[in-house]
Formats: sequence, structure tokens, C-alpha cells
Amino acid sequence: MTCVLEGFYQTNALYQTIHSVMSGVMPCWLATIATGIMFSLFLVNIFLVSTALMTWGERRLLGRFQTRVGPNRWGPFGLLQPIADLISLLFKENLIPRGSDKLLFIIAPIIIMMPVIMVIGVIPLSPGVALADLNIGVLYILAITSVTSLGIFIAGWASDNRFAIFGAVRGVAVLISYEVPVVISLLAIVIVSGSMSLLDIVEAQAIPFLMVQPMGLLVFFIGSSAEMNRTPFDIAEAESEIIAGYHTEFSGIKFAIIQAAEYGAMIVTSAIIAVVFLGGWSGPLPEYLGWLWLLIKILVCVFVFTWVRATLPRLRIDQIMAFCWKGLLPMSLINLFAVVIETFILKGPEGQLSVADLWIMCVINTIITVCTVIVLNKLISNKVDPLRSGSRIVSQEELLLDGQGD
Amino acid sequence: MYGIEMVKGLLVTLKNFSKKPVTIQYPEQRVSQHPRFRGEEFTWYEERCTGCASCAKYCPLGIIEIVTDPSETAVKQGDKYKLEKFDIQLFRCMFCGLCVEACPYDALFMGSGFEEGKYTRNDMIITIDDLRNSPKNPSTWYRPQLEAKQYDPRSGQQLSWKEVGRESWNWHKTEKAGMRITPDSNQE
Repeated sequence: MTCVLEGFYQTNALYQTIHSVMSGVMPCWLATIATGIMFSLFLVNIFLVSTALMTWGERRLLGRFQTRVGPNRWGPFGLLQPIADLISLLFKENLIPRGSDKLLFIIAPIIIMMPVIMVIGVIPLSPGVALADLNIGVLYILAITSVTSLGIFIAGWASDNRFAIFGAVRGVAVLISYEVPVVISLLAIVIVSGSMSLLDIVEAQAIPFLMVQPMGLLVFFIGSSAEMNRTPFDIAEAESEIIAGYHTEFSGIKFAIIQAAEYGAMIVTSAIIAVVFLGGWSGPLPEYLGWLWLLIKILVCVFVFTWVRATLPRLRIDQIMAFCWKGLLPMSLINLFAVVIETFILKGPEGQLSVADLWIMCVINTIITVCTVIVLNKLISNKVDPLRSGSRIVSQEELLLDGQGD
Repeated sequence: MYGIEMVKGLLVTLKNFSKKPVTIQYPEQRVSQHPRFRGEEFTWYEERCTGCASCAKYCPLGIIEIVTDPSETAVKQGDKYKLEKFDIQLFRCMFCGLCVEACPYDALFMGSGFEEGKYTRNDMIITIDDLRNSPKNPSTWYRPQLEAKQYDPRSGQQLSWKEVGRESWNWHKTEKAGMRITPDSNQE
């Protein structure tokens, strides 16, 4: 009896290699399950280790941005700092507030963590190497990452703490608002590439979609930065206003899981940007080094996220909302319309776009991006002039006279 | 406007990123103290000290305690009083340096140290034996004669009691008063 894999696993080279070895020593059904578990463990462990390293890397980078050194005491270059942090958090008392909803309080960190881990399943590491090459990969990513907002709200609600509920409400408001432009910017990508599968999207990038849709990248970068609650948009956990936001009451390992989810979200978002906008594994090196290119692109994205965090101060909630609805949403819609019209005109008989078409779109979309940024800036920053709008400066006496007249 | 300010801000942080960190990793690296640093480990020359207790009088906190003993000293021959106690309660000291300013015989100097952490307050009291045995690296604070020599206390060079006085005050060569008669001082 031959042992054949079915479905999207057939395209996964690494998966098939492991499976052919395993099927030699155990029955076919067991080999399939064991291979899946092995591959998942492999991915999840890589993800968790990189998340731990990310906490170190971000602190080192932030330190250098502020002309400090950052953590460097424990291990070479402070590389063992995540272990020290984890041990420190593991030994902390595991507090559950008296008035809290205990079940929800315990599962909230898991709900925040799970979507982040689940997303890495569809990210292609190399040609044909992804845990699951879903044909609805983009939709899957959008659906799964939205669960994080549920986790944040559960965490804030179950804590029985006013700061936690403030943070949760703010976080959910930001997440729901910024989901819209992010979805629309990814929709434009799907229209150009003609597929929702991330593998197909990477293969469709004859030139990176960064150049084809600069405005899409801008919207996606800012929007995903807001969805991750990172610093220009971190009102959900604004330390100076509401102690730690939705994770105020979480301590010990629960806090560690929430922190890991936040840093993991940054890695996952960087990976999505690298795959969707920067061309994934494609690069001048030979094909078997594709993972190295992906890694470099992810690290560049992480660097830019940290750079933005080190630079920009926190926005107010009304500024964030105005920026989303007045700035990013029109930008993403203009981008979508431009891409739709260009694709409709330029597409070949099979609905495919050639490299020349992509270059034409690149030029047009760059011009559109510059024009849109300038026009939106004019519109948003157009302050109301009190003298021209008919209002005038009123003295104290006039106010009193008005009051007497009534 | 047009996000240009944001880009400018990003470039500022990028410029900082390319700079060398200003952090000094304390236990391995140290900031070199200024020679005039007012620090711990007071330098005291017993040979110059007469026990006049000017330092104790001028101390704003009253933390210097001096006990002198006229017995067993040849006061009439110009010998000075014997010092029994010279306690400085370092845990209350604010390092204003008024005791050093007040010393008429250039016997007390500030030190250059700043690492005198102890576990109990009693350990922080400098006794006369500590002052006798401490390394003679006087700070040049309020001592222009040391600055004229370009003396650096952090160089490790130790000064004897004859080198630290003011040149214009040649009293110690002619007068016996104020001088503790020791075999060392008799040789001059």
C-alpha cells in the first residue's frame, strides 16, 4: 500500500520529506498525523524562540535609538535576557482578582496568543514550504487576527478593573477601525495577484508589490501597527494614562503570554508584509536560500517598526480615529479603485498581468500616492479660521451685556 | 505637513542610532573624577593637625567629634596636644567641604572616593585610625597649592605632610607649635 499525501500538503516539500521518512516506520495514517505534529511543533518553537529573541532585540534597538546600550549583562550581548525575564515572571505570584470572571480571566491570554501562532501556519517560508498552503490564505489571516480584539476585550472585561476596561474599549475601538483600511489594502493585492493563496501572491510578484502599490504598503503598515497596539497607537495600554491598559491585572505567566503575543504579532505582521509586499523568498540568491531572504526582509520590517516606536509619541484617541477614517480609509479606497481600473484595462486574455503591466502600474500608483498624500494633507490640516467664519473675539463686558439682554 | 516632519523625526532617531552609546558601564568603566572632586575618604595628616577642632566647629551638621588630651605631651616645649578621637560620621556628611575650608593648618583634605557603601551606620563612622591609615591622596578642592603642582589625586601618587602645605606659610619650619614631634619631623 502506497502512502500518498492529499490536498495542500502535496505542495509542501519539507512536509513530504518528513512524511516519507516517517511512513517507513509506522502506518500511513499515523505517519500523516505525526508529520503534522512535528511540523507544527517545529514552526511554533521557531516562532516562540524568535519572539523571545525579539524582546531582547527590540530593547537593544530601542536602546541604540536613544544612544543607550540596552540589556547586555546576562549572556553574550545580553542574549540570555529573555530567559532571565521568563524565569522572573514564572516565579511571580499568580494573582486573580477577587471580583474577576475567573474562567475568562484565565483563558484571555490564550485567546490573545492563539491567533498569532495560528497565522504562521500559512506563511510560506520558502518555495512550497508552508504548513498549509490555503487557497484563502489572506482571508484566513484577516479572520484569525481579528480574534485578538476579542481576547483583548475579554482580558479587560474579566479583570474587574476600570483601567483594564478603559484599555480594552480603546483597544477594540482601534482594532475595529483599523481593520477596514487594512482589509481594503490587502484586497488590492489580491486583485493584482489574482489569488488569495500566499504562495501564489509571492509568485505573482515579478516586481515587489511595494513598488506596485506604495500606498497599499503605507496603509497596511500603519494599520497593522495600530492593530498590534504599537507605540504611536498604543492607547490600549498607555502607561501614562491607564496603568497598563487591558493587562493591568495580569501577572506572572499570564503577563508573559500577553507580552509574547504582542511581540509575536510584530514578527507575524512583519512576515506578512515581507510575503505580501516585499516579495517573500524571492531574491538574487539561489532558490534554496529563500528562507534567508525572507528572514532578512522580516528583520528589516521589525527594524522599521522599532524605529517608528522609538520616534513617534502616542496619539490621542480622537487623533487616531480621525487619522483612520479621514486619512487611511480614503487612501486605501483610492488605492483600490486605481488598482481595479488599471487591472481591468491592462490584464491579458487569461486575466494575468505581465511584468510590463506591473511597471506601468508602479509608475501610475506612485504618482497617485504622492497626489493623494498632498491632497489629504490639505483637506485634513485645513483649520477653521475664526475670523473668516464669522465668529469674533468677544470681551467679558459684551458677554455680560448679552446675558442681561436675555 | 505632508508627513515631512514625521520623516525629519525619524531621521533624528536614525542619526542617534548611528551614534555610539553614551552609557558608561559602571563597574567596568569609570568616569574619571575631577581633581577638585569633594568625595569620601577624607585625607588627614596627623603631623599637621593641632586638634584645634576648627573643622568640628564649622561643620554645619556637627558630625565631627574631636577629643584632645594635654597629658603626656610637652606643651611648654611647643609640643601639641595628643589627639584621642577624630570621628567623622560619614552617613550624615553632605560633603560641603567647610571643614576643609576651616582648617588653619592644611591638615584635612577632601578625598576622591565615592564607593563607601556599608551595611550599618556604625561602619560609616570614620575613626582616627581609619584617618591615619587611609591613603594620602588629597583632593585639590580648596587647596590651590596642590593645583599649582598640578597634582592629580586619581594618579595614585601619595603626598607626605610636608608637600601639602601652603608655600607662603613657612610656620612649620620655624615654629614648633602645632607640630607633632615625631622622629620623622625632627630630621628636617
